[in-house]
Amino acid sequence: MGMLEIKNLSIHFGGIRALNGIDLAVRDNEILSIIGPNGSGKTTLFNCLTGIYHPDEGDIIYQGESLLGLSPDLIAIRGIARTFQNLRLFMNMNVLDNLMLGRHVHMKKNIFAAFLRLRREELRHRERVEEIIDFLDLQAYRKSRVADCPYGVQKRIEMGRALALEPKLLLLDEPISGLTSEEKEEAAYRVTEIRGRFKIAIILVEHDLKIASRLADSMAAFNYGQKIAAGTPEEVQRNPEVIRAYVGEE
Amino acid sequence: MRQFMQYVISGLATGSIYALVALGLALIYRSTRILNFAHGDMATAGTFVAFSLLGMNLAPIISFPLAILSGSALAMLFYFAILVPAQRRNATPLGQIILTVGLGLILQGLISYLWGTDTKTLTFPLSDTKLWRFQGLVISELGLGTFVIGLLGSGLLYLLVQKTRLGIAMRATSENLQAAQTLGIPTRMILSLAWGLAAGLSVLAGIFLAPALLLDPFFMLEPFLKGFAAAILGGLNSLPGAIVGGLILGVAESLAGGYITIAFKNTLAFLIIIVILMVRHEGLLGTEFKERV
Repeated sequence: MGMLEIKNLSIHFGGIRALNGIDLAVRDNEILSIIGPNGSGKTTLFNCLTGIYHPDEGDIIYQGESLLGLSPDLIAIRGIARTFQNLRLFMNMNVLDNLMLGRHVHMKKNIFAAFLRLRREELRHRERVEEIIDFLDLQAYRKSRVADCPYGVQKRIEMGRALALEPKLLLLDEPISGLTSEEKEEAAYRVTEIRGRFKIAIILVEHDLKIASRLADSMAAFNYGQKIAAGTPEEVQRNPEVIRAYVGEE
Repeated sequence: MRQFMQYVISGLATGSIYALVALGLALIYRSTRILNFAHGDMATAGTFVAFSLLGMNLAPIISFPLAILSGSALAMLFYFAILVPAQRRNATPLGQIILTVGLGLILQGLISYLWGTDTKTLTFPLSDTKLWRFQGLVISELGLGTFVIGLLGSGLLYLLVQKTRLGIAMRATSENLQAAQTLGIPTRMILSLAWGLAAGLSVLAGIFLAPALLLDPFFMLEPFLKGFAAAILGGLNSLPGAIVGGLILGVAESLAGGYITIAFKNTLAFLIIIVILMVRHEGLLGTEFKERV
């Protein structure tokens, strides 16, 4: 069943068409990889999906409802969480507080709850956060200030914060890039684990073609804001346009 | 020594007012990177509301909270009606700061129009002339009340920001707006609350200053500049820094007024700033904000 459908999505900044007539669909519990060189529009797509950018044309249907015009916080409440290519963590807070902020959408919204941190509710959220900390192997860093953690750990913290939302759709912006080769394997493994354990759909943006195709159920390739190929990872890898964009003309 | 302590005590009372003004400025600056030049005028407007409510024979215990809320409402209205639309049109931070200057001028005009420019006296429950003495040191009832309110206001704000869920959402919003948004935090609401809180604190300061200064449409100008100085002294993005900055400035002024000359009192604030900014340009407790890439 389709959980997300993107139709003819276009956005431009000044004279640059950052996205041009993009069509994509994501099914339940599917991993969709989007590959493409830098500046091909991958992150722009994420920014449209999370309400940071407002597309000029097209529509985004998520679970039967259009996301157009919704603010980022309302989209988060509907169950879409993301990570950022260049981490956007709360660097001056500790790891636990960062993950607890991920629970914000699940916390009671009345004014008293906002002022007093209600004990029972707090404990319930703490439990969920601790599960995620175990899952991502962050026990040793629980009370560390995020700014003091190594880069690879920071990437895990951001992933944990996104998971704390208990999203139905998770957007991962280059979860593998910038890691050591050992960390890369771990991170790749973790992505499949997330899908298996939390039963959610994932859109993964990567420019590492190999890892992206290994993780994906289906794949799309972007270049200059256009979708140049889509299908199974094998099909996309064989696509001559993809080869040209990646390897260069020969 | 006794003389010295006396100056320190009256300095602390004034300083706690500067701290309230500085806290509001820092609260707005750290969450929106805007220097609010209408801060003093918002306080003036709220204080005049208190004046009118008291004139309608409402008890201070009702009038003052209502006046504070009116100041908060004014600031939140400004945020939603002027700043948010300006941001939608990609206003630069400098442009938004100019908007606050404009708001200040509009408020000055409105206050002059509604209440007149003649000076008024705010009938205040605490007396300026009734003195308290301990161990040879003297403090007026008003001075003591001011100090207590300043500490109480600062303390409550600290608890709010550090210990409540709302405060954590505020910190998250000021540290990384986009991340906070994508976690489902309603950042506009949070930022408007920061404006409301800041204005409320400034009205509180105005109400406690009015009995000592006499009330006219421009009476907050000097306290605003001092609060501004205190905020920079403490580091513009630090809330504890604003409190410390306010108290230091108050005490330094009082000492300078006592030992050097009273004429030097106002100059001193800005001399301190110049020195601080040369030696430690992020202020006493400020951490330098790194620009977000």
